[in-house]
Amino acid sequence: MKKTLRILQLYPRDMNIYGDWGNTLTLLRRAEWHGYDVELLDYNPGDVFPDDIDLLVGGGGQDSGQTTIHSDLLTIGDKLKRLADDDVPMLVICGMYQLFGHFFKTKEGAMLTGIGLLDIETYGSAKRLIGNIVTHSDALGDIVGYENHSGLTYLGKAVRPFGQILKGAGNNGEDHTEGAVYRNVIGTYLHGSLLPKNPAVADWLLEQAAKRRYGEFTPTVIEDRFAHEARAIALKRPR
Amino acid sequence: MRTRSTVAVGKTIKQLMRLRGGGSALPGLVAERIDPDFMRRCLAQLPHGVVLISGTNGKTTTTKMVVELLESQNLKVFTNRTGSNFTRGVTAALLGEVNSRGELDADIAVLELDEAHAVHFVRRVKPTYSLFLNVLRDQLDRFGEIDHTAQLLRKIAEATTDGIVLNRDDPRLGAPAFIKDLTVKSVRTYGVSTKLLQQFPSDEQMRDADAVVVTSHHPTLRDDTSLEAIRDTTAAIQFGSTTHEVTLKLKGIYNIQNAVGAIALVRMIMGKALQVPAMLSSLAAVEPAFGRGETIMVDGTPLELVLVKNPSGFRLSLSSFNPEHTATMVAINDNYADGRDMSWLWDVDFDRLKAGVDVIGGIRAYDMALRLQYDEIEVRHVEVSLPRALREFLAHNTDQAKRIYCTYTAMLQLRRELSKIADVKVVS
Repeated sequence: MKKTLRILQLYPRDMNIYGDWGNTLTLLRRAEWHGYDVELLDYNPGDVFPDDIDLLVGGGGQDSGQTTIHSDLLTIGDKLKRLADDDVPMLVICGMYQLFGHFFKTKEGAMLTGIGLLDIETYGSAKRLIGNIVTHSDALGDIVGYENHSGLTYLGKAVRPFGQILKGAGNNGEDHTEGAVYRNVIGTYLHGSLLPKNPAVADWLLEQAAKRRYGEFTPTVIEDRFAHEARAIALKRPR
Repeated sequence: MRTRSTVAVGKTIKQLMRLRGGGSALPGLVAERIDPDFMRRCLAQLPHGVVLISGTNGKTTTTKMVVELLESQNLKVFTNRTGSNFTRGVTAALLGEVNSRGELDADIAVLELDEAHAVHFVRRVKPTYSLFLNVLRDQLDRFGEIDHTAQLLRKIAEATTDGIVLNRDDPRLGAPAFIKDLTVKSVRTYGVSTKLLQQFPSDEQMRDADAVVVTSHHPTLRDDTSLEAIRDTTAAIQFGSTTHEVTLKLKGIYNIQNAVGAIALVRMIMGKALQVPAMLSSLAAVEPAFGRGETIMVDGTPLELVLVKNPSGFRLSLSSFNPEHTATMVAINDNYADGRDMSWLWDVDFDRLKAGVDVIGGIRAYDMALRLQYDEIEVRHVEVSLPRALREFLAHNTDQAKRIYCTYTAMLQLRRELSKIADVKVVS
C-alpha cells in the first residue's frame, strides 16, 4: 500500500508565468522518486476548495493575474490560515507571497488587501528588482534563484526571513532579508524555478507533508548531479 | 555638408570594423553620436515610407518575407538584414547603403525592431506602416511583464501614420483596447481560422490548453487575411474573396502564421497595384532566415539550427519538427541577448523529445539537463563548452540527420564553429 500525498496548486491558470510549473513538477517527481504516490489538485477561482491537502504551492503571475484571483483569495483566506496553523507546508512565490501578507500598496497609493497569513507588508515601487540572487538559510543552506519584482516587502515580528542575502536585492533591497517563513509556510521572491535547483527546499517541504500525514518521512537517495552543477554555474553568473 | 561627413566617417569605421571582423552596430553608434538626425533624414526620402515589424517571435523571418514580397512587386527595399534590431543597427545598415551624399536608392524601408528599441525609433521616425506579430513571454527580465510589452507596441501603433496590421488572435494585440482611439488611417487584421487556433495556444493557456476554449479575440476587421488550412507546408490563405494555396519552403506552423501577416501587410502597402500571382510565387520561394530552421550540410548529412528564445517559441518548434531519425542537441546560453532568467525552460513541455537528447551544451547546459531530468528524458552527454559539445555531437552522429535547438547567442557561436568545417552563409 503506497502512501499518497495530496498537492494543491493554487490558481495555476492565472498565476503561473515565471516557471512556476517547475516547482510543482519538482515536488511531484521527487515525491514519486521517494516512493509516494501524488494526487495533484488544481484550485482556480470559484472552485470548491478541497479538504485534506498535504502541501500547497502558489505561483507568481502578472499584475493582471493578481487582480483576477484577488477577491477569490480573500474568500479562502481563513481556510488557508487554519491549514497553516495546522502545519500544512506551503510554498508561495512572488505575487502570491505578497498577497499572503497584510497588504500590497501600489505606488499610486491603492491598497490591495492580502489574507494576512504572513506578517508582511508590501509597497509598490518604481524600480524593478531583477536578476540572479543567492541567499543563505541556516537550515537549508545556500538557495539560488532569480528575482523579478517591483514590490518591496517588509517583515513583521511573526515571521522570520527565508534567507539572508548573499547576492541580489531580496525583500526590499535594504535589510538583506529574502522571503518569509511562518510555521511550515515559505513565501519567497525566488523563481527560476526555485525548487529544481534547490532540492533541499523541495525535500524539506515533502518531509513536513509526509511527517504530518504519516508520522515519518523515508527518503531515498536521488541523483542530484545536474542540480548541483546547475547551482554551481548559477552562483557564478552575473546579476 | 553634415550628411557627407557623417557618411564618410561612418563608412570608414564600417570598413575598419570589417577588417577586424565583427561589430555590426559600432559605426551606427558613432554616426548617431556625431549626427543624431542622420537616420531620420535618410529614411524621410523614401517614396513609400518606412515599415516597422515588431513582436516577440518571428520578426526576422517575417521581415525577410515582407522584403521579398515587396521586391516581387518591383519595389526596391532597404532593410536591416543583420538582425541587429536596434536603432544604431538601422543606422549602421544605412551607412552601408547610402551614397556619399547620403542618398538611399530605395522605394521603401522594412525594419525589424524589438519592442523596446522600436519605441526609441518612433520618437525620431514615424513609421508609415507597422506590423504587430505577437506579444509572448520573452526576456521578462528586460521588459518586466508582457502587459508592459503590449504597451510598448501600443506606443508604436500611436506613432504610425498610414496603416497598422495586427495579429487578431493574440490576446493583447487582439483586445479592442489596443486599437482604441488610434489616429492611424487604417487598421487591418490577420489570423488563423478557429479550427487551427488550437495549435497556437497563448502563454496563459500554456498549462491549461484543454480547459480554455480558444476563440479569436478580435472582431475581424474589414479586409482580413486569414489562414484557413495547413497540410504539411501547404497553406490555404484567404483574402479578398478568394482562397489561395501556397506551398512554402519554410517549415513550422508559426512561420506560416507569420507569412499570413506578411501578406496582409503587403496587401495594405500595395493597395490596388498588388500583383497577386507574383506575390504568392515569391512567398513560395522564401528560404528560412539564418538560424531559423536553416539547414547546413556537414559531411554529407543535414544539420538543422532551430532558434528558441521563449517558451511558446520552443513549444512550437518542438511540435513543428519531427524528432524521429534525427539526433537532437540543445544549446542554452544566458547572455543578455538570450535572457538571464532560466525559468522559461520550465514552461516548456519536452515530451516530444522522450526518445532522448544526445548532447546538451552552453553556459546553462546543466539547467537544461535538470529540466529534462524532471521530464524523465535521457541525456547522453552534457558539456558547458559549446565548441566541445558540438564536436561531441558531430562525432557521435556521423551518418545521422541532426538538429540543434539553440538560444540566440548559442546560435551565433555554433554558426561560427560550423563555418570552420562546413559551408555556412556569412552574415555581415
